Amino acid sequence: MTNLTQLSLSDAVDGLKAKKFSSQEITQAFLSSINASNATLNAYVVVTPDKALDMAKASDAKLAKGQGGKLEGAPLGIKDLFCTKGVRTTACSNILGEFTPTYESTVTQNLWDQGSVMLGKLNMDEFAMGSSNETSRFGPPTNPWRRERSDVKLTAGGSSGGSATAVAADLCLAATASDTGGSIRQPAAFTGIVGIKPTYGRASRYGMVAFASSLDQAGPLAKTVKDAALMLEVMCSGDMKDSTSLHLPVPQWTKSVGASVKGMKIGVPKEYRVDGMPEEIEKLWQQGIAWMKAAGAEIVDVSLPHTKYALPAYYIVAPAEASSNLARYDGIRYGARQSGDGSLTSTYETTRAKGFGAEVQRRLLIGTYVLSAGYYDAYYLRAQKVRTRILQDFEEAFKHCDALLTPATPSAAFGYGEKGDDPVAMYLNDIFTVTANLAGLPALALPAGLDGQGLPLGLQVIGKALDEASCFKVAAAIEDAAGFKARPDKWW
Amino acid sequence: MSVDKKTVSKVARLARIAVPEDRLEPMATELNTILAWIEQLNEVDVEGVEPMTTPVAMELPMRDDVVTDGNIRDQVLSNAPRTEDGFFVVPKVVE
Repeated sequence: MTNLTQLSLSDAVDGLKAKKFSSQEITQAFLSSINASNATLNAYVVVTPDKALDMAKASDAKLAKGQGGKLEGAPLGIKDLFCTKGVRTTACSNILGEFTPTYESTVTQNLWDQGSVMLGKLNMDEFAMGSSNETSRFGPPTNPWRRERSDVKLTAGGSSGGSATAVAADLCLAATASDTGGSIRQPAAFTGIVGIKPTYGRASRYGMVAFASSLDQAGPLAKTVKDAALMLEVMCSGDMKDSTSLHLPVPQWTKSVGASVKGMKIGVPKEYRVDGMPEEIEKLWQQGIAWMKAAGAEIVDVSLPHTKYALPAYYIVAPAEASSNLARYDGIRYGARQSGDGSLTSTYETTRAKGFGAEVQRRLLIGTYVLSAGYYDAYYLRAQKVRTRILQDFEEAFKHCDALLTPATPSAAFGYGEKGDDPVAMYLNDIFTVTANLAGLPALALPAGLDGQGLPLGLQVIGKALDEASCFKVAAAIEDAAGFKARPDKWW
Repeated sequence: MSVDKKTVSKVARLARIAVPEDRLEPMATELNTILAWIEQLNEVDVEGVEPMTTPVAMELPMRDDVVTDGNIRDQVLSNAPRTEDGFFVVPKVVE
């Protein structure tokens, strides 16, 4: 039998149903791999072997009777942003101390309801603020991919760096992740896997540690387009516990995988051709366009004129909402408390100074500043109006096409420290992904080729609101044409 | 608009984050870099544009106005740094 950990989620689910192997066998295989690899890769920040084996045993009992959910017995990793009952959840921040939720997030509950098995909690940037996973209190994970003839440690991206590392290194079948500005899609591109952020509101935010509430969306990281569709089907639901969740039926997205793209119109936005973008990214993009043409799609040039304002708008909206959301961390009700000089104000101020890392503090100060008296209209309100402009650009473009095809990131995975100390240089990582968050649109990243140094590069498909189906259709056609089978050489 | 040491100190106070004196100046520089970059939004014509709310218009769902949760004191307190007799323990706030 092939190594169980290398199976796709869909194949594993089929294999479990056909009783080719048991959930306990595949769960044990993953636990052994995690045990052997995690010290080097640092993907998991909590491993839950007892819970995993208990869940696997329960799944095996159901499978034996020919019962079970859509993901029965399938071992998954969970980003440390999702509250998991009885399992420490800290969003990789010191301020949450040893916080152990007494309730379950809706997204993870949906996964357990369909029979999945939890292997543990995955590393991430602190409160999902970062593009390299370096802001985690547990230190960053290491990308399983390395440049040819180099042992320089590369980032798996951020903020879902642990999730991406675990999927790419076969330490889970698939993982949950979240995307506020690109935190699913950029790590997917950096590690040669598939990730999708659905339309805002598709997945409930209940029990997800909040960063920027009008932008945050949960989504999966997975090995194939079909796996991502299967995960997303289970993760999404309308939820009375999240008033922004959409009370709409969840489509069977797996049925869109493999559907013909013949006659579809694919838009190519000229504004995504940015200065200083490596030639290899441009080449990959052109290759993607050629694949779509060959599959019978029509290519349409479109314009999204406000693209350049997306990142600056994001760096008002996201910190502003974060400064409000993170006000709850006061050291009184949960998390780690520092007493300072013993007064209430000093307790707050030292708890937050010691508990939050540098990047989080920077964003909280920006957010507090742009929301402070006299500046609200000039910053937050203006940024929200610019968001409307960005959404209008998309709506105009979608009058002429069914989906957009763009690069996923402006570069391949980079080494730790290679971006220097300039926060703005780091922020530019999200230049192609952040627009979909601001406009609330579904967007998927998938691997499409390797660069000259042997690192994976990704393309992005952006769909109309609620049209994840087209994202999956187009992505599956690219996946098929690209035949991307490259895997990192196992050095760890 | 650019921020100085004094503004950083004020904002840090509002955010309830203790920023040491020697960090105020470097923090002002960092914030100014970000704010200068954000300034480009002033180029966008937003005359008559409504601020963004959602890409999918929907009505807020309503539920019956009844108690759906409660009597979970121990759960609520279970992650508190300090508790006593079923209460949160907080620093003295009344002299």
